[in-house]
Order: sequence, then structure tokens, then C-alpha cells
Amino acid sequence: MLQFTRTKIILILLTCFAGIAVAMPNFFSKETVASWPSFVPKKQLPLGLDLQGGAHLLLAMDQDEIKKDWMNNLRDESRKVLRDAKIGFTGIGIQGSQLVVKLAKPEERDEAIKQLHKVRQTIGSAVLGTGGYDVDVSAGTDPGTVIVKPTEAGLRARISNAAAASIETINRRVNNLGTSESTIVRQGADRILIQFPGLKDTKELKALIGETAKLTFHEVHPSLSAEEAKQTSIPAGYKIYPGDKSEGPSEYLLREQPVVQGDDLADAQPGFDSRTNEAVINFRFNQSGARKFGNFTKDNVGKPFAIVLDNKVLSAPVIREPILGGSGQISGSFDVDSSNRLAVQLRSGSLPAKLTIVEERTVGPSLGADSIADGKRAGIIGGIAVVILTVLAYGTFGIFACVGLVVHLILTLALMTLIGSTLTLPGIAGLVLGVAMAVDANVLIYERIREELRAGKTAISAIDAGFQRAFVTIADSQLTTLACAIIMFWLGSGPIRGFAVTLTIGILTSIFASVTVVRLLISFWLKAQPKGRIQIVPV
Amino acid sequence: MLMKYIPVFKGFDFFPHDLNLPFMKFKGPALAASIIAMLLSIALCMTLGLNYGVDFKGGSLIELQTKSGNADISSLREKLNALGLGNVQIQEFGTPNDVLVRLEEQPGGETAQQPAVQKVIDATSADFVQRRVEVVGPAVSSELRMTGFIAVAAGILAIVAYVWFRFEWQFALGAVVALTHDVLLTAGIFSLFQLEFDLSTVAALLTILGYSVNDTVVVSDRIRENLRKFKKMELNQLLNLSINETLSRTILTGVTAIAVLVSLYIFGGEVIRSFNLAMLLGVVIGTYSSIFIAAPLLGYLGVKRDWSDAAAKAVAETKASRAKA
Repeated sequence: MLQFTRTKIILILLTCFAGIAVAMPNFFSKETVASWPSFVPKKQLPLGLDLQGGAHLLLAMDQDEIKKDWMNNLRDESRKVLRDAKIGFTGIGIQGSQLVVKLAKPEERDEAIKQLHKVRQTIGSAVLGTGGYDVDVSAGTDPGTVIVKPTEAGLRARISNAAAASIETINRRVNNLGTSESTIVRQGADRILIQFPGLKDTKELKALIGETAKLTFHEVHPSLSAEEAKQTSIPAGYKIYPGDKSEGPSEYLLREQPVVQGDDLADAQPGFDSRTNEAVINFRFNQSGARKFGNFTKDNVGKPFAIVLDNKVLSAPVIREPILGGSGQISGSFDVDSSNRLAVQLRSGSLPAKLTIVEERTVGPSLGADSIADGKRAGIIGGIAVVILTVLAYGTFGIFACVGLVVHLILTLALMTLIGSTLTLPGIAGLVLGVAMAVDANVLIYERIREELRAGKTAISAIDAGFQRAFVTIADSQLTTLACAIIMFWLGSGPIRGFAVTLTIGILTSIFASVTVVRLLISFWLKAQPKGRIQIVPV
Repeated sequence: MLMKYIPVFKGFDFFPHDLNLPFMKFKGPALAASIIAMLLSIALCMTLGLNYGVDFKGGSLIELQTKSGNADISSLREKLNALGLGNVQIQEFGTPNDVLVRLEEQPGGETAQQPAVQKVIDATSADFVQRRVEVVGPAVSSELRMTGFIAVAAGILAIVAYVWFRFEWQFALGAVVALTHDVLLTAGIFSLFQLEFDLSTVAALLTILGYSVNDTVVVSDRIRENLRKFKKMELNQLLNLSINETLSRTILTGVTAIAVLVSLYIFGGEVIRSFNLAMLLGVVIGTYSSIFIAAPLLGYLGVKRDWSDAAAKAVAETKASRAKA
């Protein structure tokens, strides 16, 4: 066990030096590292949000809203399909999670079902055999009714698409905050995780992602007001929207189908109205938007139209002349901040559904810095305690064990740097604990050597047997700890994961550092002894 | 070579190796005491309950630091109680300038939590800087509770499976009882003193599992070795010998781990203090359980005696011949 071939020695030393090279940048500041020559590794362990400060927000999409939007869309599409096919119907209504179509002539039902198949879309992959439709169209139990019902898979696909679209939108919105390297990822079916290092104030971030910013332009009912409609009946295709401002009516009666939507915006910029000195938003439509808006204003000169944001009427100006250029101005009760924000939101596009923050963990930069300082101090003091205990207990061999511990620490840092994991506060605790556990390997070996010596073995064979016999135990005990660490990684979230990663890497490197490297050191030491027998085993 | 300059000296072998303490004599009372302690812990968790932190209970936690001078907790309490956010807990956190504000979960679901936190921040921003904000909504807190529970259970199962694979079922059973004991007792102490039980406590529990089974495996390894070596020795005597032979290692490793944990506990900062406390408790309990539960259980369960290569070969041959037939 104590004999090493030359190749083995070289490999061990190379591993150690490579580890030192990779881990080195972590011990210097970013500026120092940047000034190093290009061939030196420069990658540093990124600090977790709890150490450098930043925001961690978990957002949940409003699934009900997505469902509701979809049902509304299906209703409008179904209506259009039936009209185009000239199939008469007496009503299309949303009942729970399905759409019920009542046909005027029950005998047209088969034809209606055939036509309504047009509203469904294929989802999944036909090749993989998972293909299907997002909507089921079937005959209802009452004669002359057709049921249009979203499927489970269809809903899942919808939500999945909405999550993907939300991530895109959030990305665009957040980019406007000017700070760098945020990560926005999907978590589970309907959740989005935003991690934003170095963010000092989360208020702006929350405001930016807190609104769906769905902008729509609607026709106002030409004669009826919202009050009157409430007293009599709301005409088909119209809906009552609340107003946003203190002045003007509190409710408006608008056509539900918008003339133009925010998707058709090409640009939106905050600005000032030179006459009223109010903060406004100047917008420009893309081509198709400009055409739709132009046609609408041409036909409705003298009538009001409503600008609606997130289902609230911002304003309802009267069209004085056709607006053909495709650009316009939105006024509302904006201040400079809110008009800036809305412009960003409009440029970035609307969110498919409202997002709710279901988990937030924000750490201020000062706490992060304190945590690093605390972690360093505790680590150094803990490390010194381990060194003193080990050297006291095992003498010269204890010194070798401590060298092994240093190698262990360096290699752990190096591996973490290589795989690009982040260093968190629990991660630092994991590093320090890893040292305590790595020393266990040496304790096992040295206690075993002592035992063999007490049993009357000679120095060399006791050392040899100590390493050999203890190794089985070390492997067993480290592997069980490894099982724990892997489960922590698998099930844990955020900080627990950071801890699990350091623990896992610590276990892997400890076998090399505390066993192989220490054994090599001892074999060097044995060779350096004066010729002949070793008098004492310094353990 | 450099090796010449390294001083050669023997370490201080602090441990009297000829003690031969009669652990197995106490196996009855020790097991009884452990079972009582486990039952007590369960009773505590069911009556007093665990003091769940924000992670598991939902609600908000806001750490504030004064802009200058010491924090005036009573005036802060008055101010925050006036906001009408239900029960607001305020405590000093580490230093006199740091305070921790806890809001219970606000009624009204996921959307009701953020506005409450904003109210607290707005009310305190004149005198305090926010250092940390943690808000966990109802859905996430119940999920975290669930995964935390599953993680501990899965941790125990994975370890037991490994021990079973490497040793015999009796060892695995000893390990599972010892590990359950460690987890229950730590939870019981957390319940008794109403220490905050959160995600980091779960991480600590998992680490304790790792540490405790580490101890158990070391003893088990020695038992297996001695079973091969002393074929005729009475089992209880053999178990006692194995525990004694590994005792110096058990204690030294324990002392090292405790030294590190104490240093982390004292100097590591307020944020991970509860984690370190759980770890400290766990190391002590875990060491106890390896010596007084896992190994003594083998005395009751009995264990395969013939571990010789010949016997292993014979077993393999009968298996092979059976497979042929």
C-alpha cells in the first residue's frame, strides 16, 4: 500500500496542482484576477444570492385567468365558425369548463360538429403517438346541443405555452432595469423563478412584473351608457368596463371584441403632453395595427373610442379626424415613473396572465457581505481548531493529515468552480463540515495504525495495515453520507441544494485528499528516514 | 528532501485503550430510555407542536437594521401593531441594531402577502434598512413542508438500503431504528424549546442522518471484522469489544465535529445559527445512538456468525447449483 509507482506520484501531484490552479482565483478579488495573464484560469465561484445580495422571486401564473381567456376565445371562434358555415344557433354559453352551443335546428348537429372541429388544434406529437386535440367537440345530452370542451392535455399545453411566453416577456421587461445577469426559468407547470443578483430595491421589479399590461382599443356603444345598459339589458357583444380615473364616468359600455390590441404596437415611449404638461405615452402601431386603427377611426369620426389597460378604461377620447399614420398618444393619470414603466411594459408585450409572487427571498447587499465575513471567520477558527486537535492527537502524522485537509479544501473549491456551482452560506457551512468529516478518514486510519502497533506489528506493516483495513470503512461511511447528500440535492431547493453540492464534492475529494495524498506524504516521509528501521511511528 | 525538516513527534494518545467499558450491560436500560425518549418526542411534537418557520408555516420575515443607534423595539412594535396585520413578532437579531419582524400568513391567499410586507417596509423605511425579506405563500409553504418530510424519509430509506446491501438485514434494522431515533429526538428538542423549525433544520437533519450512519457503519464494520476474527466469542461480548475498539475514533471524530460546529455556531452569523444548533444536537444524539442503539440491537436480533470465505463460497455454490437445477 505504501509503494507508489512514478506515474502514480506524478498523477497525484498533477491533480493537486491542477486543483490549486483552478481554485486560486477564488482567493483574490475580481480586479486582481482580471489583471492576470490570459493562460491562467480566471473563473471564480459565483456567490449565491444570500451572499452577494439579490432577489429571488417565485411567481405563479393565474391558471383560472388562462382558462377563462381560452374559453372566451373558443366562444368567439365557435360563433364565427358557425356563422361562416351558415348554421343557425340560439346561444353559445360558457358553462363551467365547457362551451354549450344551442343550435336552431337540431338536425344540423352533425354538420355543426364537423364545422366546429375547425376550432381545435393538434397538440403533442403524432410521431410519438402522443398527438391529440386541445379541444373535444361532441354532441350534448340535450338534442340540438354541441359541447366544446378543452381537454386536460390541451389545458396543459396552453399553460405551458403561457409560461414560456411569460418568461420571454419578463425577460424583455427586466432587461430595462439596466442591471445584469438575472436568470428567469420555468419551475413546474405554472411557475417562474426569477433570480436577480445585486438588486437593491425589489419594488420596481415587482411593479414591472406585477401587471399583465394588456392594452386594447375598443369601440364605445354609440347610444347607450353603462348606467342605462345596467337598467335595461346589456346588448350582445358588449360589456361594461370600469373607468380608471376619478373624472369622467366610472363605467363604460364597450364592444367586447377590441379593434386593435397591444400586440400590434411597434413602439411605446414615455413623453409629455406639451399642452397639459401631463405625462403621457406616445405609441406607434405596426402596419396591420395602423391599418385596422385607420379604418376604424375613418368610419367613426365624431364618436368616442376607449383605450383599455388590463380591463380598465384609461380614457375615452372622441375621434376628431381619421388617424391614418398609426401613431397616437395615451393619457391617463400617469406620473413620470408610472409612464416610464407602462412604456416598458407595452414595448415588452403583455403577459398571458397575471403573475402572483408566491415566494420571495431578498437579501440586502450589506447582509450578504456580513454573511461572507462571518462565514470566513467561523471557517478559519473552525479550521484552526481541527488542525490543533489533529496535530495534538497524531503528532507528525497529524501534520500530514492537515496537509490532506488543505488539499481537500482546495480540490473541493476547484471542483465547485469547474462545475459552476454557486457558493451559498449553507455552502460555506458544508465546506467547513466537510473538513470535519474528511478528518474522520484520517482518524480512522491512524487509530487503526495504533491498534496494529499495540497488537505488536512492526512500524511499516502497521502503517500498511492501517491504511488497508480502514479504507473499507471509509468507503462505506462516505458512500452512505453521499446517499444523503444526493437526496438533499434531489429534493431540496435553493440553499439546501448549495449545501448538498458542497457536501457531495467534499465526500468525493476527501477520499483522494485524506487517503491517497496523506498516504503519499507518509511514503515520502518513510523514504526520508535514516537507513534501517524506523524507531517510532509518529502517530 | 523537505521531509527532513518536519519535526518527528508522537501524538498524544489521550484514550485509555484498555478500559473495556461494559456497554452491552446497559443495553436494556439504554434501549428502554431511548424508546421512552422517542415516545416523549412524538408526544411533544403532537401536543406542543413544532415551531415552524416562515418556510413551513407561510407568512413573512423581514430583517431590519437601524440606520443609526440601537433599535427601539417597543416603539417599532407599537408602530407595526397599528398596521393591523395580525400577530406581529418582533425580536432582536444578533446585535442591538438588528431586528427580525415576523408576520403571520395574511388571510386572503397568495396575493395578500406582498402588500402586508410592503406596509411594514413603508412604515419602517425612515429609520431602518431592510436586510432580508422572505415571503412564503400558502401553496409554497405546504409544498416545502411536504418535500422536507419526504426528504428526511427518503434519506433514511436510502441509507438503510445501502446498509442492507453492504451488511445484513439486522444491521439495516439497527441503523433505521438509530436514525429514526436521531431525527425524532432532534425534532423533540426543537419542539420542547420551541426552536424555529425550517428548511435549514431539514438540511441539518439530513446531515445528521449522514453523520450518524457514518458512526453506525464504522462500528458495524468492526463488528463484521470481529465476527470473522473471533468465531466462537459470545455475541454480546463481541459487540462490546467492537464498540470499545472504535470508541477512541468515535470520540475524536465527534470532538472535531463539535469543535467545528461550535465555531460555526458562535462566529457563523445569526442567519445559520439555528442550522448549527440542530447539527450540534444531532452529532451528540447520533453518536449516542450508534453506541447505545444500533450495536446493542444486534445483540437482541442475533446475526449470522460464519463470515469466513469458505462459508461465503459454500453459500455461493449452493446458490449456483440451485440455479443450475
